[in-house]
Amino acid sequence: MEYIKIFATRGSDLFSAMIQHLIISGTALLLGIIVAVPLGIYLVKTKHTWLRTIAFSITNVFQTIPSLALLAILIPLIGIGKFPAIVALFLYSLLPILRNTYSGFESIDESIIEAARGMGYDGRQRLFRIELPLAIPYLMSGIRLTTIYIISWATLATLIGAGGLGELIYGGLSVYDKPLIFASSITTMILAIVIDFLLGLLEKFLTKQTTSREQSA
Amino acid sequence: MIKFENVYKQYHNGHTVLKNLNLHCKEGEITVFIGPSGCGKTTTMKLINRLIDPTKGRVLVNDADISTISPVKLRRSIGYVIQHVGLFPHMTIADNVAVVPRLLEWDEERTQKRVDELLEMVRLAPNTYRNRYPSELSGGQQQRIGVIRAFAAEQSIILMDEPFSALDPISREQLQDELIHLQKDIKKTIIFVTHDMDEALRIADKIVLMRGGKILQEGTPEEILRRPANDFVKNFIGKKRLAQFEAIPESEEVMTRKPVTILPSKGLAESIKIMERKQVDSLIVVDANDRLQGYITIYDVIQQFRDESKRVGDIMHTFEHVISPDTLLNQTIDLMDEHKLPYVPVVKKDQTLIGLVTRGSIVGHLSDIYSTNGNEGS
Repeated sequence: MEYIKIFATRGSDLFSAMIQHLIISGTALLLGIIVAVPLGIYLVKTKHTWLRTIAFSITNVFQTIPSLALLAILIPLIGIGKFPAIVALFLYSLLPILRNTYSGFESIDESIIEAARGMGYDGRQRLFRIELPLAIPYLMSGIRLTTIYIISWATLATLIGAGGLGELIYGGLSVYDKPLIFASSITTMILAIVIDFLLGLLEKFLTKQTTSREQSA
Repeated sequence: MIKFENVYKQYHNGHTVLKNLNLHCKEGEITVFIGPSGCGKTTTMKLINRLIDPTKGRVLVNDADISTISPVKLRRSIGYVIQHVGLFPHMTIADNVAVVPRLLEWDEERTQKRVDELLEMVRLAPNTYRNRYPSELSGGQQQRIGVIRAFAAEQSIILMDEPFSALDPISREQLQDELIHLQKDIKKTIIFVTHDMDEALRIADKIVLMRGGKILQEGTPEEILRRPANDFVKNFIGKKRLAQFEAIPESEEVMTRKPVTILPSKGLAESIKIMERKQVDSLIVVDANDRLQGYITIYDVIQQFRDESKRVGDIMHTFEHVISPDTLLNQTIDLMDEHKLPYVPVVKKDQTLIGLVTRGSIVGHLSDIYSTNGNEGS
C-alpha cells in the first residue's frame, strides 16, 4: 500500500523531477540531432574519406568512455550542475545518431540519386525531397535508440548535481526508503517507455509514405 | 539536334575515355550508341545533360554550347531514363511522373492532366495506378513509368541509358515495340545507349558503334549490316545476323544487266525493228548518257505507227517505280507484287539505268541458287 501512497504524497516531487529529467535529456538529444544529422549528411557527401574516419573515431571514443567516468571527468573541466550533465549526454548521443544518419544516406540506391540529378533537382531539392525522406527510417531508429540511452543515463547525472529522477532514486537508496526507490524507478521506466512509444508514432507518421515500399529488384 | 565537336574526356587518373569524338545526332531520330562495356557510350550520353563535362571540345544542343547553360536548367529540358529505373520509392506513380513538371513549376491542373495522358499512353489506367507506389508495380511497368517520366515535361530530347536491359526478354521486346510506336507520334530526338545489337537494329534510325572511346562506324542499321567497317564490327554484329542479312540478295545481283534501250529521238519504225530483233514487247527509253527517261510498248507503237512525225520520246510513258542497286530482293518483290509490275528498272542515284529486275530475272536467280546445289552461277 505504501508503494501506491508514495505517488500521492511525493507526487509533486516526482513530477518536477520528471520535468527536470526531460529537460536534461531533451536538450542533450536536441543538440545531438542538430550536430550529428548535418555532420552525418556531410560525411556521406564529402570526398575526403579521412574526415569520415576522424569523425567516427572521435565519436566512438566518447561512446566507449564509461558513463560515470565521463560525468566525473567533466566536473574539473566545467564544474557541476545541469550544464555538464547535458554536455556528457550530448556527447553520448553523437555516435548512434551520426552512424544511423550516415548509413541511412548510404543506403539510398545509387540509381535514385542519379535519376534525381539527371532530372534536374538541384542539391538542396535533392536533399530535402529525395534523400532525407528516404533516410528517415534509419534516422528515426537512431534517434529512438539514443533517446532511451539518454533517459537511462540521465539518472546518473544526479551524481554531478544535475537533478532529475536520478536524485530521487539516489535519495531513496541512501535512506533505504523502499517506496521512494520504487516510485522514482518506476517513473523513470515509464518515462522511457512512453517517450519511445511517442517517437515510434512520430516515426510512423514521418515514414507513412515509405511504409508501403519493399525494396524491389 | 545534338552535336559533338572534337570532344575529349580524360579522368583524373589519366584514363582517357573519349578521344576526339565528332558526332551529329539528328532531330527526331533515335540514335543508338552501342559498343562493349568501357567503350565510352554512356560517358558520351552523359555529356549531353552535363552529368559529365568534357575535358576538351564542345557539345552543342540546338546550336547552343551547353557549357554555357546551367546543368540544372539543362537537365530539366532533357528527358532521362536510367538503367535501373530509379523511380523514387517514397513517391506515388503520379508524383514520380510529375517530378520535372513540378520542378518547372507547372500549375497543378496541367501537371495532373499530363500525368494521366502519359499513363494512358503506356496503357496503365490512371485511376488504378496513379496512387500506387513503385514497389507495387512489375519490373516492366516500373520501366514504363521510368520512360514516361522522361517525357513528362515535353522535352524534345530524351536520353535513355540501357533502359530495358534489366527486363526479361518478353517485356523488353514489348517495351521496344512501344517505344518505336510512341516515336512515330512524338518524334523526339532520342539518344539510346545499349550493348544489345538486336535492340539497336530494331529501334535505331542511326547506330553509332564505339570502341575504346572512338567511333568505329556510324550509319543506319542497314548500312552497318551491309558494310561493316572492319572485323571488329563484323564480330560485334555477329555472324548469325550478318548471314541472315546476306542471304537476301540485292537487286543488283538479280537484275539483267543489258536491258534493251532506245533513244527518245529514234523513230517508231526503228523501235519495231529492235523489238523484233530482241524478241521483246517493250523498250526502255534512255538519253545519250544512259539516264532513264521512260518506256514504250509494242501497243503504243502500233497505235501511233501511221504518224511518221512521231518519235519515241513523244509516245513514251514514265516509270512510277524505280529501285536502287542495293534494294533488297524481298522489297523488290513486294513492290512488283503490289503494283503488278512486269519489271522494274534499277537506277543509280543520278538516274543512270544499270539494269532491270524482271520476273524472268528473279526466276533465273532463284534457279541459280536452288538447282545447282550451292554452285553459284551467273
